[in-house]
Amino acid sequence: MKQGKEEKTTNQAFSDVITSRLGGETITLCYQCGTCASSCPVARITPRFNPREVIKLSLLGEKDEVLSGDAIWLCCSCYNCQERCPQKVEIADVIYALRNIAVKEGNIPNIYSEFAAELINEGRIVPISKFLEKKRPDLGLPSLKPVGVDALRKIFSITGFDKIKQEKAEAS
Amino acid sequence: MTSYALFLGCTIPARQPSYEVSARRALTKLGIELVDLANMTCCAPPPVQSLDLETGLSIAAYNICLAEEADLNIVTLCTGCFESLAMANAMLKENEKLKARVNQILSNAGKEFEGSKEVKHYLQVLLNDVGPNRLKENVSKNLSSLKVASFSGCHLLRPSALLKFDDPEKPYIFDDLIETLGAKSIWYRHKLKCCGGLLRGYADDVALALAREKIVNTTKAGADCIVTLCPFCFLTLDLGQVLMKSTFHEEYNMPVLHYSELLALALGIDPTELALQFHKIKVYSVLNKIG
Repeated sequence: MKQGKEEKTTNQAFSDVITSRLGGETITLCYQCGTCASSCPVARITPRFNPREVIKLSLLGEKDEVLSGDAIWLCCSCYNCQERCPQKVEIADVIYALRNIAVKEGNIPNIYSEFAAELINEGRIVPISKFLEKKRPDLGLPSLKPVGVDALRKIFSITGFDKIKQEKAEAS
Repeated sequence: MTSYALFLGCTIPARQPSYEVSARRALTKLGIELVDLANMTCCAPPPVQSLDLETGLSIAAYNICLAEEADLNIVTLCTGCFESLAMANAMLKENEKLKARVNQILSNAGKEFEGSKEVKHYLQVLLNDVGPNRLKENVSKNLSSLKVASFSGCHLLRPSALLKFDDPEKPYIFDDLIETLGAKSIWYRHKLKCCGGLLRGYADDVALALAREKIVNTTKAGADCIVTLCPFCFLTLDLGQVLMKSTFHEEYNMPVLHYSELLALALGIDPTELALQFHKIKVYSVLNKIG
């Protein structure tokens, strides 16, 4: 009896963390019908990702499995599931919320550390090649305007984005 | 002349000059003035939202603030930029509490989001500012023998509750704009399914499998080319075919065009001025079908 109660507390604690985050608010509306899984282009081709399963594990309080696993990073963000969910669970946004929590806990795939580094250093996540920048006049394109990277850094200092583990693209 | 702040994003200037050249040339020809504002940044697309949604929302709002200061609505070329900015604009206009939180963050960068401007994809500008009739009048080439497999990309349509662009399950705006140019927009299997672009770099095998499905299905349907709106879909499907050749030893040679290129060609702009040499899969077969 006591054990059951403790388990419930753990479940509750993790779903509270999720629902209190931007994007995660609707997770508890899920009744596990599987419409998301049958709409998911990724789940069709690999068993590594199933949105219904990610939500189920999250609601069961399997925090470590969800946050340190591979599945949450395999959502292709197409929003098909979210469009079709009969319970209006914002599934793609829930996945973002789970990724945000994972990042905060230090579980961040290398490619995402590279995105963070590019954004903080350059204000863009895709670097502009010097070759193409030089070629712009020949192509009839105006020169590129300066990027507001200083303003972004002021934003990051408030949201804590500058604390995210960064990695240089060359290092990976 | 209708003016817009052009939100160029990262991928287009970084990798796809043919998209930018064709879009600037075609839109200017149709009487749309594109204004390049200083200090714009990354739009905060899904990779940034994956790191921190609140930061992503704040970045999008910051960029919208720049347009508000210039008293211009925003037009995007990239579907990803459209999604990030239009979604943030809608969320912040609808939710006072969220707007207050984001403005608290933006105040450190000396900005305040008002919610006074619109974010549009350039298809909406073609549809509403130029209009199908005037667009048709400006077409000077014959595209009637061209069979086009359209692929709008997910983020033009979804999440539809915020983007309100078109019917997310039965969209027609993009196909209509292809047919306005005189080409035939054809049906193919899994037309609305994701190309897998955002999985590139994390799960390349899954991304390539999704892109391959798209190339196989458009080939089977007899398309002369795929026409896209999103630079990431373009990359996934164009460069993707080079990877399909090395990975699966399959060669499709399916040309992939940006809609802006098809538009520029239909308007009679000289193909040699469109930087088409940046395509991995050559587009001669398409040019040959345009009379």
